[in-house]
Amino acid sequence: MKEVALKELLYKIADDQLILGHRNSEWTGFGPLLEEDIAFSSMAQDKVGQSYALYQLLNQLGEQEPDTVAFMRNAQQFHNCQLVELPNGEYDFSLIRHFLFDTAEAIRFDLLSQSSYQPLADLAKKIKGELQYHTLHANTLIKKLGSATPESIGRLQNSLDIALPYALGIFEPSPFESSIIAEGFFAGEAELQKQWILKVDALLAQTQLKPISWPTVKAIYGGRNGQHTEHLQPLLDEMSEVFKIDPTAEW
Amino acid sequence: MYGGGNTFEAIRTDSLAQEDPEKLAAFEAKIERGEKIEPTDWMPALYRKQLIRMIEQHAHSEIIGALPEGTWITRAPGFKRKLSLMAKVQDEVGHAQLLYSAAETLGKTREQMIDDLLSGKSKYSNIFNYPAFTWADSCFISWLVDAGAIVNQLANAKGSYGPYCRALERICAEESFHLKYGHHCVIFLATGTDKQRQMFQEAINRWWAPMMHFFGPSDKISAHTEILMKWKVKMGTNDDMRNQFLDMYVPKIWELGFTLPDPNLKKNPTTNKWEYTEPDWEEFKRVINGEGPCNKERIEVRRIAEERGRWVREALKAPQAAYVTPLA
Repeated sequence: MKEVALKELLYKIADDQLILGHRNSEWTGFGPLLEEDIAFSSMAQDKVGQSYALYQLLNQLGEQEPDTVAFMRNAQQFHNCQLVELPNGEYDFSLIRHFLFDTAEAIRFDLLSQSSYQPLADLAKKIKGELQYHTLHANTLIKKLGSATPESIGRLQNSLDIALPYALGIFEPSPFESSIIAEGFFAGEAELQKQWILKVDALLAQTQLKPISWPTVKAIYGGRNGQHTEHLQPLLDEMSEVFKIDPTAEW
Repeated sequence: MYGGGNTFEAIRTDSLAQEDPEKLAAFEAKIERGEKIEPTDWMPALYRKQLIRMIEQHAHSEIIGALPEGTWITRAPGFKRKLSLMAKVQDEVGHAQLLYSAAETLGKTREQMIDDLLSGKSKYSNIFNYPAFTWADSCFISWLVDAGAIVNQLANAKGSYGPYCRALERICAEESFHLKYGHHCVIFLATGTDKQRQMFQEAINRWWAPMMHFFGPSDKISAHTEILMKWKVKMGTNDDMRNQFLDMYVPKIWELGFTLPDPNLKKNPTTNKWEYTEPDWEEFKRVINGEGPCNKERIEVRRIAEERGRWVREALKAPQAAYVTPLA
């Protein structure tokens, strides 16, 4: 039971990183300025690297090799939240998603650095350091673009309104939530959400974006349970296109 | 990557008559002594113009070159390849950033350069007007196109303009990792399944002609550029560069058991030079003038990226972030 709960926790975090890393990498060559191409690529590399490290922990717990796990599962077998699988859209949507998600991840890995599962705590300490740069990047740009021109403010507001229900889906409770907390693996989604709301509110207060009326935002759940939007399976098909030419081959 | 294959037009040197002869002599003596020219130093207008043209062309090649390989990032097979390819293409975009900065020291802004790219006024390496159909094509680019670029860039790094040389030194250091990555990918295809070997052989067959074109027209027909050689803007002839590349890489390709689609390709033991079927330079001209399989697509992608990103650039340039009402 304990191990099932731990694996479930690791899978959803790893899947989040892999899918958002993949989405971030789609900006390569298309960014609004070269510096943003480069920034999104750095974050993509960190995130895909983090997912790889987390799949390695799962491998040590008896799950299949990272490549098999990442490249051979179908959408229903993925536990990422739906926020990360949505298409990049325009830059404003990608930036807002990056801000909402990475604010949560920075807190998540901070909490995980206290995990009773030592290999996870050790990894979280390393990842926490990388995430500092992701939140620094998001906060800097949200502050600038959220207070710059009517167009930039309007675009960010619109994307924020679209992304928020999905962002609450990050915190969809696990069926093993009480076991995860009791074992000390992780402080739990509710605690994470509480801290996240404070950070999001504090940053938005430094912009001209509207303060969020949280009770009116309805969370979109399902991702943690294998229920996904129509966007995930095509992403996975693309990701595994070459790998599946011959999964036994070495590439 | 991805510099190299620079195309030079015939140089009109009449403007030199208007330059101050003493300054011109001092400038040439400085280059002759192997010293670098720096942005605030005096330089003839022709030197400035040709350098901008060359560095800009190189910078454009980096961002356009990121497109055919970039499409394989999302499809790279396995974590190792996915992570490496992301880092590699990111390097290329970083090279563009470095090179645009180097060109800006000569007085042309990044925005003007991008505008000239989109209008077709300034060029980029011809090889990126061809499509990367398969994973093996992306491996060909990473290994052999980068190898060709290194041959050119190592030569150019010994040129006379300080900012460009310094950018190239850093670029070459990063390129050497790309070459290792590309070679590693190809070795896995070469020693893999029949299907994998076939994929790479087909990639070679598709890319060999563009690769031969990469170094630019044969010296027999290319424009006279003696003054650029004297000023150490251009550091070697196109045929010399091509020969160097063939010397280093043809044996490696053969060693892996692949064939090259040119029955006349061989090294002449007497001259120590490679002989090959003369590439089709009419095709080269057609492609460079916009008739290649991907010219329109490449520029269109760049144009869309520029247009979609305009609001971001304008907002970041806004002189002051608008006043934010304090909460209390």
